[in-house]
Amino acid sequence: MKTNELKFDGLDCVQPASSDSEITGGYTSDLLSDVMAHLKEGEALLTIQAHKNTVAVATLMGAPAIIFCHGRIATADVLEAAAKENIAVFISANSQFETTCRFAKALGI
Amino acid sequence: MLQPEEEIPLRIQELTSNLKIRDVMARKVFAVTKTCTMRDVQAIMKNNSISGVPVVDSRHVIGVISVHDIMNAFEQNWMQDPVADHMTTSVWTLEEEQPLSFAVSAFNKFPYRRFPVVNSKNELVGIITPRNINVALIQELSRQLTALETEGGGISPPTSSDTLTFHRTYRLTRYDFESGGKASAELREQLRARGIQPKIIRRAAVTCYELEINIIAHSYGGTLTLFIDHDRIRITANDFGPGIADIDQAMTEGYSTANDWIRSQGFGAGMGLPNAKRLADEFVIQSGVDMGTMVKAIIQLNPKEEPS
Repeated sequence: MKTNELKFDGLDCVQPASSDSEITGGYTSDLLSDVMAHLKEGEALLTIQAHKNTVAVATLMGAPAIIFCHGRIATADVLEAAAKENIAVFISANSQFETTCRFAKALGI
Repeated sequence: MLQPEEEIPLRIQELTSNLKIRDVMARKVFAVTKTCTMRDVQAIMKNNSISGVPVVDSRHVIGVISVHDIMNAFEQNWMQDPVADHMTTSVWTLEEEQPLSFAVSAFNKFPYRRFPVVNSKNELVGIITPRNINVALIQELSRQLTALETEGGGISPPTSSDTLTFHRTYRLTRYDFESGGKASAELREQLRARGIQPKIIRRAAVTCYELEINIIAHSYGGTLTLFIDHDRIRITANDFGPGIADIDQAMTEGYSTANDWIRSQGFGAGMGLPNAKRLADEFVIQSGVDMGTMVKAIIQLNPKEEPS
């Protein structure tokens, strides 16, 4: 699925990716070292860690999108960093578990 | 190209990380056995203008006699006693393979003016004083200066002669998570510009980022040096303590000493060092409690075999 086509209940896109990249799956975790050990390129990162380090890790691992769960706010510096790296940023009003379920359904996993 | 003032101490920090204690220590050591008398030691000190003598038992350091101990012995009339009766037995030794930065930390931390140096078998092989360090640094700096002058470019970055070589040191401050990621981002750019495989870029950048975060989260601060040439990337992380007591434990997945705040930043899962080791083609870690930790990771740009 294209990053900018991602849509499900409670999900808001706050930073679209400039060139449309492909989401192949997702990885849900708040431990960035765990993300660095296991996220595969193309997977979106579902997390409640809404700060710049998350963007740094997503960039390193080749994640095309970050979904901040449970209505966590993405601050301007986070969005700026994501835009620079062409990473789409979404905010989900729902819990990480619920967001993960809806995300999987949207992707048809 | 002179950088801000910080650059100068950064250079020195880099030097102390790259030199080993073995390269700097004095190999000629005046040591005594435990049956020698305080008088013997006093004579050795006087004849050789030295202020401290290690006491050894089959090459293992068991104590040290300082000028202070000798003065005390004069006062108490102990000069004919064996040194074993009056030596200082709590002796800190350094290992010859440790980076010189460990010795710098040790001199900053302890009031001692010398440290006996031992080999991997814990046998005395040398002694190091602040004077040895000063001489070594001056020699190394003047050697580098001469090299720069012969290059003819005056003060120019050493990268100018070869665009594929990249060498830079970054300073990392305790708990300044914002400063983390600078080195790994630059590493990524450098490798992209060289057309290196994305898989290798990711391995190198993640290794670098983990080591950056380690210094920020777990040390009092330190430096990270990147060196790229035609064949490989070398990442060297150095800090000035507190050091790791049990390296095997630190290398175990899931083991972490991180506090709640570090965890709240998304770190401290106990995977940093294991991740870095898994991703690197070569990985070396050395640590001294109260002295610092040095990690060296090498990633081949043209690997024959992918590590798992």
